[in-house]
Amino acid sequence: MNLLSRLYYRHKKFWKTFRLFLMIAGPGIIVMVADNDAGGITTYSVTGAQYSFHLIWFLVLLGPVAYFVQEMTVRLGAVTKRGHAEAIFHSFGAFWGWFSLLDLVLVDWLTMITEFIGMTAALSIFGVPPVITVIGACLIMGAMVLQGKYWTWEKIALVFCVLNLIYIPAAFMIHPPIDKIIHGSFIPHLPPGGFTNGLFFLIMANIGTTIAPWMIFFQQSAVVDKGMQEKDMFWGKIDTAAGAFLTVVVAAFCVILTATLIPGLPINDAATAAHLFMGINKYVGTLLAIGLFDAGLLGAICISLASSWAFGEVFGWAHSLNQNVKQAPWFYAYYFFTLIFAGTVVLIPGAPLVLITLFVQVIAVTLLPAALVFLIILLNDEETMGKYKNNWFQNFANISIVALIIVVSTLYGISAVFQNILK
Amino acid sequence: MISESFGSALDAVREINRKYNKPHIKMTRAVQLSLGLLRFYLLFLVGLLVWKFFSELHK
Repeated sequence: MNLLSRLYYRHKKFWKTFRLFLMIAGPGIIVMVADNDAGGITTYSVTGAQYSFHLIWFLVLLGPVAYFVQEMTVRLGAVTKRGHAEAIFHSFGAFWGWFSLLDLVLVDWLTMITEFIGMTAALSIFGVPPVITVIGACLIMGAMVLQGKYWTWEKIALVFCVLNLIYIPAAFMIHPPIDKIIHGSFIPHLPPGGFTNGLFFLIMANIGTTIAPWMIFFQQSAVVDKGMQEKDMFWGKIDTAAGAFLTVVVAAFCVILTATLIPGLPINDAATAAHLFMGINKYVGTLLAIGLFDAGLLGAICISLASSWAFGEVFGWAHSLNQNVKQAPWFYAYYFFTLIFAGTVVLIPGAPLVLITLFVQVIAVTLLPAALVFLIILLNDEETMGKYKNNWFQNFANISIVALIIVVSTLYGISAVFQNILK
Repeated sequence: MISESFGSALDAVREINRKYNKPHIKMTRAVQLSLGLLRFYLLFLVGLLVWKFFSELHK
């Protein structure tokens, strides 16, 4: 009887804790899964096709990297109740504030265009014209925000996050060499051929896709809009850790897919991979195309909100998803402007889409180091953070990660501009 | 109407500049050094891009 009552108590306690987690979970999982956006899926697909399973261990290492950076935004948002843009204006003054805001706007617009490129390419596999894809995506994203509740928006976004896991069943459908993956993919090693320029570029691309400037702005603003308090911080961290785990799992399965089905084929993007898959296994090709559309949609959902929140915070507009259009007209106007602008560019015949994709990498390099440095400084400011400031271990981990990201993303940006540098 | 909305946008920017005129963070040596390095880094990047732009133009 005693054992039964103890079991019952534990069961009740577990479900109570789980329900609490479900209530607080959201921003961390969404931002991390959205990190596997159209550009991310493309990078993983190319990684798998070119280097088989040899770089999965590296993707696993990127999980903690993403967690450590994003965890800082949870603490900063919960303590200051300010989004990242507002925090920069407040702490570093107007010069750095405008620099960050305008850079964010530019990066977000350009990245949004790449998300739309991914979505239109994905649905073109099913014969859907780009104009229908763009209108459909805008309608979905519009409907998500216009219902007037942050909570509902978040739960719909979480459904799209679940859809992002589509790569897992897709990978199992093609019967990958599980033994080979388990025994040979998780121990750090170099792929056959050694350390080449091509490998270096792909490693940089994988790091570049793991931490993007919009992620920092998005999660901090989402934490504030959700009303997360200092007492919720623990669950916010678990939420972020769960998201980091999911992002690595999706990335690994994406690599497994292309490494198993199209090893050694010189593909440049995920849409090409999906086209090739359709010829080999149409079900897997279909899943990959759906996954790519979902990845682009998730990315676009988060990116458009990141800059709308940032503008709202700085200009003092009402900027919560809990407010309707009448209450926050400028917030929604900016949101829809971003959506329609990005969608329209993709539809312009002969638009320089490759140049835009290249530009994203370059502009992001100017914003990411600044956002990360501000994050570290703010997290070390006792007046701002009080007892939640970084401890020595967090500083050691975060400063090392930030230094690595700055060096690698700078090399990545420079190699995008000076393309012969790695040849 | 356009000049009116442009004027009100400029007013909003001026108001923001006034509101965030001074940084609120404690300017320790480490903070000053970080911001100085950041400025240098950004100038380096912008310089590199400008150089690339003009070298492409002269090709």
